[in-house]
Amino acid sequence: MGLLGKTIGVAPIGCSVVAHQFMNVDMCEAAHGRAPAVASGIRRVHPERVVFTYQGDGDLASIGMGEIVHAAARGEKFTTFFINNGIYGMTGGQMAPTTLIGQRSTTSVDGRTREQAGMPLKICELLATLDGPDYIERVSLDSPAHIRAAKKAVRKAFEYQLAGKGFTFVELLSTCPTNWGLTPPEAMKRMREEVAAYYPLGVYKDTGKEAE
Amino acid sequence: MSEKVLMKGNEAFAEAVIRGGVRFYFGYPITPQSEIPEFMSRELPKRGGKFLQAESELGAINMAYGCGAAGGNGFISSSSPGIALMQEGMSFLCGAEVPVTLLNVSRGGPGIGSIQPGQADYNQVTRGGGNGDYRIPVFAPASIQEAVDILYEAPGIADKYRNPVMVLADGLMGQMMEPVVLPEPRHAFTSEEIPAAKPWAISGSEKGERSVVKSLRLQPEVLEAHVEHLYEKYAEMEKELERVECENLEGAEVVFVAFGTMARLAREAMEMLEAQGIKAGMIRPISLWPYPYKAFDGIDFNTTKAVISVELSMGQMLQDINLGVKGRVPVRLIHRVGGMLPTSLEVVEKTKKIYKRHAARQHQLLSRLHPRRRTPHHHGDAG
Ligand SMILES: Cc1ncc(C[n+]2csc(CCOP(=O)(O)OP(=O)(O)O)c2C)c(N)n1
Ligand SMILES: [Mg+2]
Repeated sequence: MGLLGKTIGVAPIGCSVVAHQFMNVDMCEAAHGRAPAVASGIRRVHPERVVFTYQGDGDLASIGMGEIVHAAARGEKFTTFFINNGIYGMTGGQMAPTTLIGQRSTTSVDGRTREQAGMPLKICELLATLDGPDYIERVSLDSPAHIRAAKKAVRKAFEYQLAGKGFTFVELLSTCPTNWGLTPPEAMKRMREEVAAYYPLGVYKDTGKEAE
Repeated sequence: MSEKVLMKGNEAFAEAVIRGGVRFYFGYPITPQSEIPEFMSRELPKRGGKFLQAESELGAINMAYGCGAAGGNGFISSSSPGIALMQEGMSFLCGAEVPVTLLNVSRGGPGIGSIQPGQADYNQVTRGGGNGDYRIPVFAPASIQEAVDILYEAPGIADKYRNPVMVLADGLMGQMMEPVVLPEPRHAFTSEEIPAAKPWAISGSEKGERSVVKSLRLQPEVLEAHVEHLYEKYAEMEKELERVECENLEGAEVVFVAFGTMARLAREAMEMLEAQGIKAGMIRPISLWPYPYKAFDGIDFNTTKAVISVELSMGQMLQDINLGVKGRVPVRLIHRVGGMLPTSLEVVEKTKKIYKRHAARQHQLLSRLHPRRRTPHHHGDAG
């Protein structure tokens, strides 16, 4: 897409804090949960650049809930990639706001219960209630076909940004075999069968489509 | 140009930072400084800048972090509880070496406290509530003009050291009106100029090496080297940013130490005491970090009976004063808290009590130490 050399990224706190070691663009780290605020500040200084945040589920859906909701409501012109692995990976597998009912974690060893921890948060559905965002889609990284679809979603988000549209959001369901206590193939299977059942894939908002 | 205009403190502060090169404002409403975001929302768009009302102070400080990391000159204003919420962000800004100008128009605490003027954020702003080894220069002006001059300079200082810079005012200064001379507007970098002017910034441009702004340094030896580097910078700041005003120290019998609004009150008290035959001097720290410890060597220890801190806190500055005085003379405190202001008369009366007590004690002490020397002297007088 020719975005190298005109893109600025924001890494979160979580396993992807070192995202700047894997992406060859100007990047900064943000404090835990604050990436959308940081990106909003960057956007004010560089209105012509492509800006994105890359955030985990603890970072975005727990400690950073305020920042993401307000950035989305403002229709900030940046893209957020939301890596939902249903667990606090970096700190060693504690329960996340996206951990499924029944799922074991180091702070819910017998599985999460509704009584004790309430229900998992569905972020695409929640953000889709707002009028600010232009594009919201949930994809999964469990098969070659789904990975191709994810790539398309990423491209579409950037295309919308280049076209001057507002907030774009792509949630990517992903595994964390280590903290799920599963082998990689088992983790893929669980994601396909259990996780995607609770977090349905699909487009939750697309103002481009609505306009057609 | 350069003519005097009558301005309300908060609006003069805002105008001064714009003239100093600030083009981006982030903030969340809080009394007694809400005129600042109001002014910025009207003025910045007219002057090529941008105003963004944050969802919280957490949002504001992190927006400013993004702005500064991207090479912009950002400004945040808030008051005590809001500044408390920004401490994590300040630690990140220092760790990642990101500039920003901050203004705390402080009020009474702890907790939500009061909206009246306070100085009980002294420890908060000089010691910092964020994690890790970091420092933020803090300036405490005592007049609107001095605040204007410092705020005009602050964005340049922040850029020079790639570090936050804070100005500490209080509710009284924010609300009062004084004549000021506004400095000539300074050039502010446009987004096109940033890649060349600040090559370290994340500007998303093809400029050879890419930029990464970060504070994570997982290898301890790398972090240690980074903190050592920060402290070399802080040592430079200690040399270059220390500011103090000393008045009447020679032959003074009492010396006030006060900053901001309290320094104005102490000056009134000085004049009233002089009229009553007690010579008072003053050390007025303008930079609270770096603190002007060396200024205390200028006290006339032959004549000074006591050093008196005049503060709107339970004595948070006493620790620094004691480090400056080094036990050479007693240090006392005159204070009110919670948004209460002492009158200059109250300061005068309390000073006289302290003065009498210490003058008498010094006399006793001297006669106990040198009884024979002093006795013939008295006899001589009588004879
Ligand atoms: C203020 C603060 N609280 C807690 C932490 C500790 N911490 C680091 S990463 C993390 C959770 C990360 O989980 P997630 O966002 O899901 O990312 P993942 O590692 O799973 O990709 C936590 C709680 C922190 N760094 N800062
Ligand atoms: Mg996670």
